[in-house]
Amino acid sequence: MYQFNYLRPKSLDEARKLFESNGDAKFIAGGQTLIPTLKQRLAQPTALIDLGAIGGLAGIKVAGGAVVIGAGAKHNDVATSADVLKAIPALAHLASHIGDPAVRHLGTLGGSIANNDPAADYPAAVLGLGAEIKTTSRTIKADDFFTGMFETALEDGEIITEITFPVPEKAAYMKFPNPASRYAMVGVFVAKTKGGVRVAVTGAASSVFRERTMEAALAKSFTPDAVANIKVAAGNLNSDLHGTAEYRAHLVTVMAKRAVAAAH
Amino acid sequence: MTAPLVGASVRRKEDFRFITGQGHYTDDISRPGQAYAYFLRSPHAHAKIKHIDAGAARAIKGVAAILTGADLAADKIGGLICGWMIHSKDGSPMKAGAHPALAVDRVRYVGDHIAIVIADTLAIARDAAEKIEVDYELLSAVTTPDKAQASGVAQLHNEAPRNTAFQWELGNKPETEAAFKAAAHKVKLKLKNNRLIPNAMEPRAAIGEYDQGSGGYTLYVTSQNPHVARLVMSAFIGIAPEHKLRVVAPDVGGGFGSKIFIYAEEVVCTWAAKKVGRPVKWTAERSESFLSDAHGRDHVTEAEMALDAEGKILGFRVKTLANMGAYLSTFASSVPTYLYGTLLSGQYAIPAIHVEVDAVYTNTAPVDAYRGAGRPEATYVVERVVEEAARQLKIDPAEIRRRNFVRKFPHQTPVIMNYDIGDYEASLNAALKLIDYKEWPARKAEAKKRGKLRGIGFSTYIEACGLAPSAAVGSLGAGVGLWESAEVRVTPTGQVEVFTGAHSHGQGHETTFAQLVAGRFGIPLENVEIIHGDTNSVQFGMGTYGSRTSVGMTAIVKALDKVEAKAKRIAAHVLEASAADIVLENGEFKVAGTDRKLAFHELALNAYTGHKFPTHEIEPGLKESAFWDPLNFTFPAGCHICEVEIDPETGVTKIAAFVAVDDFGNVINPMIVEGQVHGGIAQGIGQAMLEHGVYDPESGQLITGSYMDYTMPRADDLPNYKVGLTVTPCPSNPLGMKGCGEAGAIASPPAVINAITDALGVKEFEMPATPLRVWQAIQARH
Ligand SMILES: Cc1cc2nc3c(=O)[nH]c(=O)nc-3n(C[C@H](O)[C@H](O)[C@H](O)COP(=O)(O)OP(=O)(O)OC[C@H]3O[C@@H](n4cnc5c(N)ncnc54)[C@H](O)[C@@H]3O)c2cc1C
Repeated sequence: MYQFNYLRPKSLDEARKLFESNGDAKFIAGGQTLIPTLKQRLAQPTALIDLGAIGGLAGIKVAGGAVVIGAGAKHNDVATSADVLKAIPALAHLASHIGDPAVRHLGTLGGSIANNDPAADYPAAVLGLGAEIKTTSRTIKADDFFTGMFETALEDGEIITEITFPVPEKAAYMKFPNPASRYAMVGVFVAKTKGGVRVAVTGAASSVFRERTMEAALAKSFTPDAVANIKVAAGNLNSDLHGTAEYRAHLVTVMAKRAVAAAH
Repeated sequence: MTAPLVGASVRRKEDFRFITGQGHYTDDISRPGQAYAYFLRSPHAHAKIKHIDAGAARAIKGVAAILTGADLAADKIGGLICGWMIHSKDGSPMKAGAHPALAVDRVRYVGDHIAIVIADTLAIARDAAEKIEVDYELLSAVTTPDKAQASGVAQLHNEAPRNTAFQWELGNKPETEAAFKAAAHKVKLKLKNNRLIPNAMEPRAAIGEYDQGSGGYTLYVTSQNPHVARLVMSAFIGIAPEHKLRVVAPDVGGGFGSKIFIYAEEVVCTWAAKKVGRPVKWTAERSESFLSDAHGRDHVTEAEMALDAEGKILGFRVKTLANMGAYLSTFASSVPTYLYGTLLSGQYAIPAIHVEVDAVYTNTAPVDAYRGAGRPEATYVVERVVEEAARQLKIDPAEIRRRNFVRKFPHQTPVIMNYDIGDYEASLNAALKLIDYKEWPARKAEAKKRGKLRGIGFSTYIEACGLAPSAAVGSLGAGVGLWESAEVRVTPTGQVEVFTGAHSHGQGHETTFAQLVAGRFGIPLENVEIIHGDTNSVQFGMGTYGSRTSVGMTAIVKALDKVEAKAKRIAAHVLEASAADIVLENGEFKVAGTDRKLAFHELALNAYTGHKFPTHEIEPGLKESAFWDPLNFTFPAGCHICEVEIDPETGVTKIAAFVAVDDFGNVINPMIVEGQVHGGIAQGIGQAMLEHGVYDPESGQLITGSYMDYTMPRADDLPNYKVGLTVTPCPSNPLGMKGCGEAGAIASPPAVINAITDALGVKEFEMPATPLRVWQAIQARH
């Protein structure tokens, strides 16, 4: 770790100001991605601006057919929230499978999607449910938010404040964990929503993506069989020690099929 | 009378301090004025060092020193050694490439040591390390053993043409070839034993200290064998003579072999302490552990078995390429030779065996002993091939083993070992019962209904531990003797301190050794203290590895014998009887057949007051020591059976059942033994299904350099085991014990892979059985 200043603003306004007046500053939420990066000296921010003391960033509420979750909500809060379990059980289930208990008690929803790790779980839910991401300056649709590997539509200094997940008719998340890291090697979020069927895939490519062929097939018939024989092209998928692109492509189909079967 | 202590599942005395965070590990130690060390390591797999410029780094405030290989050489500090001489089949000695503790002009693996940076804080040391400029000339790298001997690949050491350290053989080639000519069946397999990275929970650490007043050095270090560390650092590396070098291995959080070896970091920290005039402390980060702890296994093997029409084994020939990494580590050469080739007879009466091993250098971390050391590799070869023979000959896998078991003891194998005792049929039968073998076809059919592929795999293993008679290992090339020593001190108030060279780093010695002593003298367990790990208090020791605690415990028994004999002589005077009439019963020295007696503590006090016996005939005090040199190896053996279920859609493999029946001879503490078996199987399943040290073949970078890619077994990867014991008491030590520390890791990998190949119906399959590989094997079937 290199030296940095540690700042703990009480409001979003103050956070933005600190960001502007502190050269190469970085926001920190749960630190579950940022701290390991700093420990390995892979980043050298001049200041860390801790979002943890800002009030009102961690709430969970159900309103107007949607679950609204603050960016600071911990994975464990989401996994165990009675409201989430009732409205979108697939989302609670997803959160309960992120990392281990220590990670789930520190890591946040906002941090996860701001980071947009290609193997992270939350991006699949955000995209699969067609959520909206509210920030300090605007509201961004999920389809526009995840722009590439570790890249999002966020501008410098823009802070995610809350995410609105429309309640689907039914949904499920099926994760095939990487045997070592237990991040998603392939994770498929399937949702039957008012706006149609959405299938979001994480872990398989450089960033979360929608599997449109499956969406079309499921729109006709929301059954496991509808996707069981859809072959996903391996061309753009990740390949590593744990999974070749072909294997990942195959797993997308299997996980999608299982997610449809599990959706409720 | 209380229940006997020996044989009882006494709770571990040491666990309270471990699980309440009160253990005292090397990193917990802070010495006054200590500075912190950071090692600059090679980022390249293979390069010439043209120039090192540390000027800017030295100028940073708080930097005490930056030292390189040139400084070591100037002080005439020797390189790291390999302490087991292997001779090639042409008679030539092994070709050990020079292994300086800090690289001189060349680096040979990613993580190789270039410089030590010593500073007031670790952060300053790291900052300074980043400012050191090293001018490298990059060389090509070779990382896998099968490529190492090819022409045109990188050459690591001038001393070792074709990257070959030695070409070793054992057994009888003409007889083996004759056996193949006569054979009705030949069964051949290509096998790889995957490279493993040890991952002890506590990373390696060292604090070197120099006392100007006495001219003595102290090294606190994560070591399994502090006396051996002192000997090597003194006699071969030349840090200081033995009497001016104290090595302390305090609590050590797991070793699995990886903390046997004498590493660069501890040597350099000790030497540097004098140079900077301050204690120098280093603790590995986990990423450094991945790069620089000695790795394990990494064999490529071709094995062929000759059998007659009835499935009796006639001959066995094995060719192995062993990856030694970039340098020969402390005991590296013994692992693919005398700890491997000698076990290729398994539990079977095989008339002719021939094994050839080429040991090769590659641009990877040094490979040395890791839980089992050579014996897991041997067992994997034997048990995979025997299982394949059963399949080819269409004989039940239990039956083919029965037909070949050694049944008469002692049994001389064609590969040195003389098996003293065993009952392989007994452990096989017990395991078959535990797994309920009769119902196996029904389980397979039921799994099929659920769409799962179920397979069963056997492993009837034997291993050799209790290393080993000194003359025998000396004749095989060992640079040291493999006795163990103990000292038993009875205090004047009747407690007992036992000083043992058998260091404990998770094995529970503080409990089992205390059981032995308390049981013998009939005193409470808490009155016995087991002391180990400090060359200033323990007289000598060869350390703990190779499940050789039978040696350490026998040394204690021998010291106890002497204490008891002397105590009886003293008791005879005090009780005015003849020494021959004194008996020790329930903690009391009694005159047989009378009510005259001395409690243990009364005897102790008498021994030290010297009031009631002639001290010119019997020395006052009660303290004895012993060295014990084992009479033979010991031969734990048993049977592990594994059942797996595979999801053919994803390749995910679950262990559905795992049974282990082991014969460890007599057992001092069944609970601790069971724990050792559980842990060993966890590591064996880790090897079979999860763990793999992988280097990029081009760049030589370690791909599995963190837990993001190196799969450590987690609790939910493992099944509930069913374990059992059979007992044939070992005849070569008075306790009748054999050792249990490695058996789980030795026996289990072939059981798992035999089960997977059974489920998949394939012949060859490489560990680890990741979902990807299993899925690929399924794809390749159609
Ligand atoms: C051992 C381990 C296992 C893990 N396993 C998984 C897993 O299985 N699946 C998975 O999905 N993840 C996993 N993670 C990652 C974990 O979910 C992290 O919590 C998450 O990636 C980041 O959230 P955080 O709150 O910790 O963010 P931080 O690490 O604090 O920050 C991450 C990034 O997000 C930015 N940021 C944080 N909050 C905001 C905000 N409100 N607005 C804008 N930018 C913001 C920061 O500036 C930083 O760049 C694991 C982590 C660990 C350590």
